[in-house]
Amino acid sequence: MSLMKFITDSQIWKSIFRHKYPDNPRDQALAVLSNVFLHLHPIKVRKSGVRMSFTWCMGGLTFFLFLVETITGVLLMFYYRPVVEYAYNDIKALRDHVPIGIMRELHRWGAHLMVITVWLHMLRVFLTGSYKPPREFNWNVGVILLVLTLLLSFTGYLLPWDQLAIWAITVGTNMARATPLMGHEGPGAAFIQLGDVSLVTAGSDVRFGLLGSKTVGAATLLRFYVLHCIAVPLGAGLLIAVHFWRVRKDGGISGPM
Amino acid sequence: MSETNDKGRRSFLAAVSTGWALFTAASVAGLGMCVRFLFPNDTFEPATKFKVGYPGDFAASSEGIVDKRYKTRGIWIVRTLDGFFVLSTVCTHLGCTPNWLEAEKKFKCPCHGSGFYSSGINFEGPAPRPLERFKVSLAADGQLEIDKGKKYQQEKGQWDDPESFLKMEYSV
Repeated sequence: MSLMKFITDSQIWKSIFRHKYPDNPRDQALAVLSNVFLHLHPIKVRKSGVRMSFTWCMGGLTFFLFLVETITGVLLMFYYRPVVEYAYNDIKALRDHVPIGIMRELHRWGAHLMVITVWLHMLRVFLTGSYKPPREFNWNVGVILLVLTLLLSFTGYLLPWDQLAIWAITVGTNMARATPLMGHEGPGAAFIQLGDVSLVTAGSDVRFGLLGSKTVGAATLLRFYVLHCIAVPLGAGLLIAVHFWRVRKDGGISGPM
Repeated sequence: MSETNDKGRRSFLAAVSTGWALFTAASVAGLGMCVRFLFPNDTFEPATKFKVGYPGDFAASSEGIVDKRYKTRGIWIVRTLDGFFVLSTVCTHLGCTPNWLEAEKKFKCPCHGSGFYSSGINFEGPAPRPLERFKVSLAADGQLEIDKGKKYQQEKGQWDDPESFLKMEYSV
């Protein structure tokens, strides 16, 4: 006991924890408020907010899977090289020559699961009417997060660099040709010219910017790798923080009708 | 407030406004540079105009013999008894690469099953239009020269264009 008191009275302990043992409402609130990781979270949660039958815990599971994807993904980055000569063999090596040969499968299953939990979370929010004011802004943040989740899946799909990956991305990115004004086969692109030189061509349109070349190739593999590992996760992480913060600011998880 | 102070304030505000305008302009220019950076000047993709050999190197038949040697360059060269035409290897459905099945005399796409005759005309599967053709001509040295920069689409009536086809009777 005296040792415990010695520790909790020390300057080190006090410099980290700005509150007493949280056994009363004030210190419980301070425990959440004064913690950088918890401050996004509502200080108090309604009883209905932790009822599984009300929330399905799908938002929480989605965030958990995002963390799983981050951890397994970073581990995979220690072995995988996004270069045409190595990519496919590195993927096979992750199964055959690396301990815990299911690390890549965990990453892949987690990705599939995350898409499912995001949809179920969205369905729950819809069914409980939680998209209504004052939460309509957070619904929109959630829709962007859904798109980012799908983009993470899409960019990750190319990285094994097998036939399935190459052709799926070929087919998928062909859609970008038809982007209004910015895709060379899209509506309005033909009008963007300087004299009689067309400015939006197969070598300068938005699809070219996405692929780094006119067809899916080495530049595309590297681009999708950077998008998958850095750009999209950063955007998603930022919006997740906003999403949680707004749950708190909009009055916590909505209650039952 | 004295006149000098007023002048001082005006010139201060002018300097601040100019400063912010310059800063904003520089930021926009920097953002533009970031976007431009993503569009490389060179992609090191193979040339779109290239030679593929002498006309005598190609065998012919009435419906056309498909030469697959330049498939990796994105073309099939078809030799009929009348001459040559060059087909794009990009499926007109969603952009995969079909295979030429010699036994069945057709191009078959492995992605969604579109089928094309050796002429490039689609006849099965989801492809909405025939394969595209490229310009083929005789170079000065007598070799066939392909120009992928010029494409001809059957549904636009462009296969009638004399450049989409190289007339050359086949003689044994």
